[in-house]
Formats: sequence, C-alpha cells, structure tokens
Amino acid sequence: MSIAKTEVEKVARLARLEVEEKRAEKLVDELDSVLEYVGKLDELDTDDVEPTTHPVAAEHTGRDDEVNEGLTVEQVVGHAPDQQDGQFRVPKVVDE
Amino acid sequence: MSRDILKELRAGEISSLEVIDAIIEAAQDDVFNAFVSLVDPSELREQARGADRAREAGEARPLEGWPVAIKDNICTRNLTTTAGSKILEDFESPYEATAVQRLRDAGAIVVGKTNLDEFGMGSSSETSHIGPVRNPADPDRVAGGSSGGSAAALAAELALGALGSDTGGSVRQPASHCGVVGLKPTYGRVSRNGLIAYASSLDQIGPMASTVEGCARLFDAIAGHDDRDATSLAVEPAGPGCADVLSEGVDGMTVGLPEEYLGEASRLDPQVRSRVEAAIEALEEAGAETTSVSLPHTEYAVATYYLIATAEASSNLARYDGVRFGRRAEDADDLAELYKKSRAEGFGDEVKRRIILGTYVLSAGYYEAYYEKAQKVRTLIRRDFESAFEEVDALVAPVAPTPAWTLGEKRDDPLEMYLEDIFTTSANLAGIPAMSVPSGTTDQGLPVGTQLLGPALSEPVLFRLAQKIFEQCNDEASGRG
Amino acid sequence: MDDLSDILGDEYEAVIGLEVHCQLDTASKLFSGASTKYGAEPNSQVAPLDMGLPGTLPVVNRKAVEYAVRAGLALRCDVRNETKFARKNYFYPDLPKGYQISQHRAPLCENGELVVPIDGDPLGDGDVRRVGIQRLHLEEDAGKSTHLKGQPHSLVDLNRCGVPLIEIVSEPDLRTPAEARAYMKALRDIVVFLDISDGEMSEGSLRCDANVSVRPSGDEAFGTRTELKNINSFKFVHDGIAAEIRRQIELLEAGESVEQETRLYDVDAGRTRPMRSKEESHDYRYFPEPDLPVFTVDKEWIEEIRANLPALPAERRRMYREAWNVGRDDAGVLTGEPALANFFEASVAHWSGDAQTVANWIVNQWLRVLNDTGHTIDEAGVEPGEFVGVVELVEDRVISQNAGQTVLEEMITTGRDAETIVDDEGLRQMTDAGAIESLVDDVLDDNPEQVAEYRGGNNNVLGWFIGQVMQASGGSADPKIVRSLLQEKLDS
Ligand SMILES: [Mg+2]
Ligand SMILES: [Zn+2]
Repeated sequence: MSIAKTEVEKVARLARLEVEEKRAEKLVDELDSVLEYVGKLDELDTDDVEPTTHPVAAEHTGRDDEVNEGLTVEQVVGHAPDQQDGQFRVPKVVDE
Repeated sequence: MSRDILKELRAGEISSLEVIDAIIEAAQDDVFNAFVSLVDPSELREQARGADRAREAGEARPLEGWPVAIKDNICTRNLTTTAGSKILEDFESPYEATAVQRLRDAGAIVVGKTNLDEFGMGSSSETSHIGPVRNPADPDRVAGGSSGGSAAALAAELALGALGSDTGGSVRQPASHCGVVGLKPTYGRVSRNGLIAYASSLDQIGPMASTVEGCARLFDAIAGHDDRDATSLAVEPAGPGCADVLSEGVDGMTVGLPEEYLGEASRLDPQVRSRVEAAIEALEEAGAETTSVSLPHTEYAVATYYLIATAEASSNLARYDGVRFGRRAEDADDLAELYKKSRAEGFGDEVKRRIILGTYVLSAGYYEAYYEKAQKVRTLIRRDFESAFEEVDALVAPVAPTPAWTLGEKRDDPLEMYLEDIFTTSANLAGIPAMSVPSGTTDQGLPVGTQLLGPALSEPVLFRLAQKIFEQCNDEASGRG
Repeated sequence: MDDLSDILGDEYEAVIGLEVHCQLDTASKLFSGASTKYGAEPNSQVAPLDMGLPGTLPVVNRKAVEYAVRAGLALRCDVRNETKFARKNYFYPDLPKGYQISQHRAPLCENGELVVPIDGDPLGDGDVRRVGIQRLHLEEDAGKSTHLKGQPHSLVDLNRCGVPLIEIVSEPDLRTPAEARAYMKALRDIVVFLDISDGEMSEGSLRCDANVSVRPSGDEAFGTRTELKNINSFKFVHDGIAAEIRRQIELLEAGESVEQETRLYDVDAGRTRPMRSKEESHDYRYFPEPDLPVFTVDKEWIEEIRANLPALPAERRRMYREAWNVGRDDAGVLTGEPALANFFEASVAHWSGDAQTVANWIVNQWLRVLNDTGHTIDEAGVEPGEFVGVVELVEDRVISQNAGQTVLEEMITTGRDAETIVDDEGLRQMTDAGAIESLVDDVLDDNPEQVAEYRGGNNNVLGWFIGQVMQASGGSADPKIVRSLLQEKLDS
C-alpha cells in the first residue's frame, strides 16, 4: 500500500504536528517503505485469531472510592507555560 | 573500582562515601554524555555518610549506599525528567516513580538521570535533546538504545546499578553493546507508575548492573505489585529472591536454541555468533541440555512491534501540547497553531515519524488492516513462545545482529534502524522476561551480549543461567578497572 | 408547543434518540483519588493523572462500576462480566491526556429498556412508550474551559477532569419533543432513586445530546439526522428538539435536504445553529486502553447489587396505591424525591393506623413546615419515628392540628422533643368535657343576642361561638368537643 502526500498531511493535522513542505515529501517516502515492510503481516491468515491487547493478563478489580490524592493549585498550574487566576490560559476556545 | 565493589561495600571493605566520591569525580566531565542531570555532590555525600552510618549500626538495607542511575524517562522528584525531549526539557515531576521509590527505600542513592533516545524511541541513544551517548568501549560508537545512558554509566563506572526501560529491546540492546547486564522483566512485574509511556502494552522498567548479582538485587528491590498500576501483576512468585538463587546452577535445565534466531537466515554477524555460541557452550558445560526449537512467527515481530508501538505512542504523546506543562511555542495566534507549533518545535524527527505512523494506523479505515492485524499476529507470536516453553525452560538467542556501530551510521534510514530490534521485540510482544548477559567481546574489543528468554515470571531461572554465562565468558573482564 | 401536531402535521414523523451523560456521585474520580466535590476553587481537585502528567496511570474506581451496574440493572440491561475500556483520541485544552478513557467495543451494559409515560400524565397511568437502551457505559468527564469576554483567551479548570460519568444511549425510539423530555425526567428519577447521582441538570450532573431526524409519515427509512449537543435543562430538551424538527421540516418542504452535522440550540433565538465546524471531521482513533486490563464484574457481585437495588418511583407509587390505599396524587407527591419516599415509608412503619393519614400529614403539613423553615427533609433532623409521634399526639387529641404544626416547627428549629415542646408551650389540649362545658355555658350566658340570632336560623353564628370558647380556653380546648357541646346546647 502506498501513502499519498495528502494523506500524510491529513494525518499530521490529526496528530497536531506541523510538517514543513520539504519534510512532508521525505516523510511520504519513509512511511511508504515502513508500510511496505509491515505489509508482510498480510501473508498471515488471522481470521480466527483473537487480538492480544495485554501480553500478560493482570486481574483488575479496581480501587476503593477514597479521596487520597490531589495536588495543590500551585503544583497544578505553577509550571504552566501560561496561567491566570489559578487556571491554564490558552488562545480562545470556541464552541464547547 | 572493581566489579566486586558490591561485595566490598557489603563487607565494609570500602565505604559508600569513597564510592560516591569516586563517582562524583568521574562524572564531572561526563565524556560519554551518559547523564542528562546529576544530583548535587554535597547532597550525594550526605546520603553516602548516612549509608555508612547505617551499615556501622548494623541497619543496612539491601541496597544501602548503592549509587544508581535512573533513565531520564522515569519520574524522580528531585531532578528534572526530560525523556530526552526538548518538549520536557525543564519538566519537574511532583511525584516519584514507584520503582525509584523502592530503590530509595532499599537504601540506594540516586546519582543522576541518564541520557536516552527521545521518549525511548530509538536503538542508538543519539536522538536526545542533549546529544548522543558514546560507548565507553569505543567513544566513536553508539551505546545502543534507548537506555544507552544507563548502560554507558555502568560501563564507565559512574553508577553500580541503573534503571532502564525496555519497549522493544531498549534495556537489553544497550546492555549488550556496553557489556553490562540488563533485564526486561515479565510485563506487569515492575510497576510502570512514573515511567513516561512510550507504548504502554510493551513498556517495562528494567534493572541494569555490571554484574548478574547486582542486577538480581536491583530486580528484587523493584519488583512486585503496585496499586497505582492496574497492569501490575498481583502474583508473587514463591521462594527466595533472584539474588539468592544464583548459586543454584543450571544442572538439569533444558535450554532451547531457536532456529529463527541462530540459523543461517538470521544474518548474524560472525563475531556475534561466536560469542553467543560460547555462551551456549558455557551452559552445556554447566550441565544444561540444549535442543533446537522453532518460533515460526519471528520474522513478523518487528512489523508487529512497530504498528503497536507507534499506535500507542501516538496516543501517549498527545498530552505534550504546551498547555499545562512543558514547552509552548511562542507566537501561536490560535489554539490549532499552539498545538501544531509547540509539538513541531518540541519533538524530534524520529518521534514525529512514529507519531504520524501511529496516528495513521489507528485512523478510520486503517485500524483493522494495521493495528488490529498486528494485535492478532501478536497472539501468534505469544503462542510460539507458549509451545516452545512446553519443551524447554528458557531460550538462548543473540541480542542484536551486530556489535555497536559508528555514531551517525544509521540515522538516515528508519527501517534499517528498526531492524536492529529483530531479536528483542518478540519478548515485549509476548510479555515474557528476557535479559542480556555480557558474553565477551569481539576482536575489536566491542562487547557482545547473549539474550536469555523465559516464560512469564521465570526471572529466577534466567538469572541462574545468566550467572553461569557471566562466570564463564567474562573471566578476563572481572578485574577490569 | 407541547402539541405535536403543530410541529409535525400529519405528513411527517420525527425520530429521536438521546445520548445522556450522567455524573456519578462518587467521592473520588473514576481513575484517580482526587475529590469530585462540586464548586471547589479551580484546579484544586486535581491528581497527577487528571492533569495528564507523564508516567501517570489510571486505576478504576470500583464504586463507579457498582453505580453504573445499578443503573444498568434498573434499565433492564444485560451486564457484561468482562468489560473493557478504550481510548477516544482528540485534542482539546480541557482534555489533558489527549484522549478520553471511555468504553467502545465492550460496554458495561447493553440491551435495556425504559418505559416512559407519554400522554402528559407524569404518574404513568396513561399511554407509555418503550424506549430501548442500546448501551450504558462508563467514561471520564473533561475539564471546563471558560471564554474570557473581550479577550482572545480561555481559561481551563481541570477539577471536573476524570469525574465518573455514565453515558446512556437510547435507541431512536422517541417520536416527539415531549416524549424526549419525559424520557429525560424518567431517567433523572431513576438515577436519583438509585442514589447514584444528584441528577441536577443545572449543575451539569445530567446532560444530553439528541439525534434528530424527520421522515414522511409511514416511511421505514430514517431521514438524515443531526446531532443537537449539550442540552442542559428539561425545558431545552423539549424546545431544542422542537426547533430542530421544525427546521428540518422547513428544509424538506422547501425541497432542500438536511445535512448531517452537529448543532447547538440557541436559547435566546429559539433556533438551532450549526456548531462552528472544527478543522476536520472527527476521527477518534478508538483503540483498547492498554493501561487497563479487562475489568471483571463477576456474577455474584452483579446479584449482590441487584439484591440491594433501591425500589424505583414507579414501583413505589404502585405499592402506595395498591397495597396501602394512598390517593393517586399523594402517591405522586411522595415519590417525587427519594428522601421523601423513604421518610414516608419509614413513618408508615412506625404508624399503626392507615397509611393515608401519614400521607396527608406529610403532604399537607410536613412539606409546608419544611418549606417555611427552609430545610430539606434530611437537614430537618426529625426522625420518621419522632414525626409519627407528633401525628399520634394530634390523632389522640392531646394537641390540636395547629399545635401539631407548631411542634414540628419547634422540633426543627430548637431540636427539643415533642413532649417537651407541648409542655413548655402549653399546647396540651383541654379534653375534659366538664371543664369545656362550663366555658361554653359562660359564653352562652354572656351573649344572649347571638344565641337568639342562631336560634332564629343563622347557623353561621356557630363559628363565632366556637371562636369565643377557644379564646376563653386560651386555645387549648379541643375544638371538636367545643363544637358538639355548643350545638347540643343551642339546638336544645
Ligand atoms: Mg457520545
Ligand atoms: Zn460520552
């Protein structure tokens, strides 16, 4: 399968990565060769195979409903690139 | 310092303060670029004095006074945790990783944070924001990666123990290239709490040390269930710790030799092959049986690994957006720009490449063809090991196809770099423990490790095998330094 | 606007499905140990995980699962023994991890139903609609961004990040805005009675998105649907959907087609408008959450939850009416809030007479006293047994009905017990017929004119006489005895 440049641009947008024009072309080639390589998985018939999400299954039964964690407001916003009144400040967010 | 320094420390033949002073001096001009950050010397000396007092009072804990180095993608409270990335270059974690806390509780002294490939994404430790790690055996060569800083720090005797992280071979391969011992534990055996995620279903923190015993002692200290990690295993293997079974030997064990790793098709460098064969001989001499086994899906491991790892990474690295912590681009007018520019400026090329690949394989229309397909092949790879371990106690394999290569050599071709992981990714995909044991050097003096793999929770078995190889193949190195 | 035919006419039918988000009332968050309390200082209830700090991992709050199972069982869903979490990936400043942990392929609950009254009778005696519940799953809430007026900035507060939600997705079985509103109200009653949520739409504990389409009546195929987002009151559930239906019909009438899109209800304009479209259509890249193993909900646990399921309002109304002979409207009032229903049931348990008497007392006196003193039933601090004690004092004619109300007020405000209040305030009723008779005689003797008036045929004077006698007794005479003695003497 070969990847188109427009597709790389679309994916870059989805991943919120700015990719320069020059770089985009090189990326297309690199991804092409990687995708060609991973295409070898198609040799395998996996119709009846269950996917593995966790290699070793831990039993998870959860935690008790206890309040035992929390940072101070200073710890939360103190190192933020931009903050105001104890909140993170970002360029305008529209249409919640 | 000698390799027996741990014994000397325990026996009181050398003080923690002397050890720390030696390290402080050696680390001053970190010629191998092993460290991203170091703890203040006065602080280190203070802790070393405390360790010496504890030992005198007969209250020494298992790792009392051991200087340890922590890979910089593992969160520590008193130093920055950068993951080797510009996007986190000033990041200070308000909490500490469980594994680090356990080391401290056992008496270890954290000396610094070690260099790595950015976010653990690499096999050469060349991509961090502070530049490449150099191999102490040959400074013109890579240390391997991504835990190259930890491996180099041990080889250069800047620490007696270290933590690395292994997602597709990142503890084992640099251990092999630098001539130290490194373990990737069973998935879930060591808490991932505080490990900056690369690929969550593959990542494990692993202990590294100059000796098998040192590695075993570190592992015994950090392993065990943690309530903060839901994937952490609740079962504790019965019996003594790994450090206490090393002398039990390997008599009567059966060790499998996978055709796919050792046969003609594996394109193994001849010098690497001869070191691995020496390791196999050492085990045979020590009383282990060897037999040939097959892991038929080995050739699909790297492809499977890259699909799963990049997909998970694309999601795990979404949080670095310049909003709450880390680096933010300066001149973004709107939110979309803020994200795109902060991430473009903060991430290096390999990280971006993997994020793009991972985003692609998860996106609508490709999920089944790539991601889900890889998860299914992962099942086949897991089953290969399950059937092999019905016949044998452990497997012996190479760690890497070649010894350490020259800095910069493989930077331009990502696929070539990915194929470096051909012998190591399977263990991560299957969640099984695997370790690298120094098995001598090439004619040029480059270290070569042998890989041992076992079924889930078989770390004690691997350590016993490793101890034999270590004793037999490293005689000439034991008095080094 | 409730009138369906105004909106739809005969030619069109609307098809509505709701996605309801309900905040679960746990103490800590779904995946971290931070507090979920409402109204705290911004960013003061944030654990490392909630701000997406590197290296943090989620651990499931077992109580949240229990609450979700409660809801699933009440909605007659199948509950999965093994449930899985998934990541839903998108970028937004109030989503610190860059993904929401939700459920995708193996939701906790599926295939349920809710029977909703649809003819405007909230007590459900009339027509009902069976609404299928497609799925009910657990997920975490996002934070809150506030746009600063007149500035190019927004502020982000992460307190709400990670608060547990259940998302309840209905089948497209609703047909009118009124049905949609009735469905929301029924859901609200259920979660409140299950004690898993406060169900407050005004605080965002209950929110809904509506999928709306119209089609020519009789058609099988669905029309193109739009999604109406972020509906936050019962009124807007109705009005927003009505506005959207109207808009779609207008488009179809004009020969245009409905575009599949996400819209918002503009309350001031009374119309819906498209959400300013994001850069591209969403591609959430769902995949199984690698940080969370399969979560096991074993059969015994489900049965234990089922066995302890609180009774729901409809069931309780039926019991009040059929088993306890309580009037229809009183039963409706008493099942309006779980605290009220619980109080009523506990009071009946303390009471040896008929349940309707207690119902009367609660509906007519107790609610008024609570309202006047500004307390909720739980804050009032009067136990059902104590309350019934007051009712008994009145029924046994120890105190008057009015004095009963006074006693209840005093119990709330001073915390004294009923007997003490009765004694301290001199509320004990004069029931000695002899003593009352001498008062009656005095009043009759003193007012011969009024006696003549009564005997001349003006029965209204009786009330005036009762008032005089009550006054003479200082309010303590039993008015029933007063009345019967007066009547006896005046009529003789
Ligand atoms: Mg939804
Ligand atoms: Zn939702």
